Amino acid sequence: MLLRFCISQAGPDRGDDVFQETMISALRAYDTLKDPGAVRAWLFSIAARKAIDSHRAAARAPVPVEDVEIGTGGDPALEVGGEIWKDVARLPEKQRQAVGLRFIADLSHQEIAAVMGTSEAAARRNVFEGVRRLREDLTDAVR
Amino acid sequence: MNPNDPDISAIEARLAAGRELDVEPSWRRLTEAIAERAAAEDLLDVAVERHDSPLGPLMLAATREGVVRLGFPEEEDGFLDELARLISGRVLRAPRPSLTDARHQLDEYFERGRTRFDVPLDWRLTRGFRREVLNVTSAIPYGKTLSYAEVAASAGSPRAWRAAGTALATNPLPILVPCHRVLRGTGKIGPYRGGTEVKRRLLSLEAGSGAEPQGA
Repeated sequence: MLLRFCISQAGPDRGDDVFQETMISALRAYDTLKDPGAVRAWLFSIAARKAIDSHRAAARAPVPVEDVEIGTGGDPALEVGGEIWKDVARLPEKQRQAVGLRFIADLSHQEIAAVMGTSEAAARRNVFEGVRRLREDLTDAVR
Repeated sequence: MNPNDPDISAIEARLAAGRELDVEPSWRRLTEAIAERAAAEDLLDVAVERHDSPLGPLMLAATREGVVRLGFPEEEDGFLDELARLISGRVLRAPRPSLTDARHQLDEYFERGRTRFDVPLDWRLTRGFRREVLNVTSAIPYGKTLSYAEVAASAGSPRAWRAAGTALATNPLPILVPCHRVLRGTGKIGPYRGGTEVKRRLLSLEAGSGAEPQGA
């Protein structure tokens, strides 16, 4: 689940590295975890931070990326499974995290708020706005 | 809004489909890389390995002090969670020298090439009278047996045979600490953490002939 979340945040290639860095950081910082019951939220918050680090590192060192063929239209019914996550990757940071935590990690809004350090209302809003924006993207792509 | 526009629930369903994403191809490589780095930095409090044996896959766990837990096949699920709860969340499947030694010696034992184990043990998962009982038990020689009452007496409380039974039933290090060598006073084989059948097999292995022990 944590690995899937990392991939949802940083893409299939960098997601693997994000996962590895998350696990090593968690092992190093384990002593700072006050409440062992909160380990899940703690791990996801580390992963979210590592994904942002990864995005920034990638932005600093741009490399040619494959054409993801967005906006070419086509039958949306063919766009199954993971395709939608290419759109998620382009959401604003907070919405991307919230959508990943909600739908990949299957966290409640309350847990998402704990991971992201926001209010529950803000967590709900981030998820909602992210999904709304995805719908707009898809609608545009279909036209 | 265009009637062909995807609706929210359809998008949510497709997002949730990401939970089915197949991560198997990278999972193994990643966990091995993480275990290797964690071992190099000495980050793990508990290392766990699975070891194939004639009894099925055994689960072995070791701290820096030594082997701390041996689990029978049916204990595999939840094995790491239990260790995380009882010892430390810094637990991963990773190699560790004491585990390598223990696995090697277990192979020899099952091939009748070894009659005693010589690996460092970490006794932290047992204490007090139970620890005493297991201490006494660890000294029972290969192929010999004692009764619960005899073990209780040697541990200093002759009448505490019931508590001795509990100590043996909760032995965190079965086989390595040979609780299978403790039988009911009647000579009946008695219960065992890995099941009566496993206890019977260990006793016949040690009896050498492959014959069932008396009274079984």
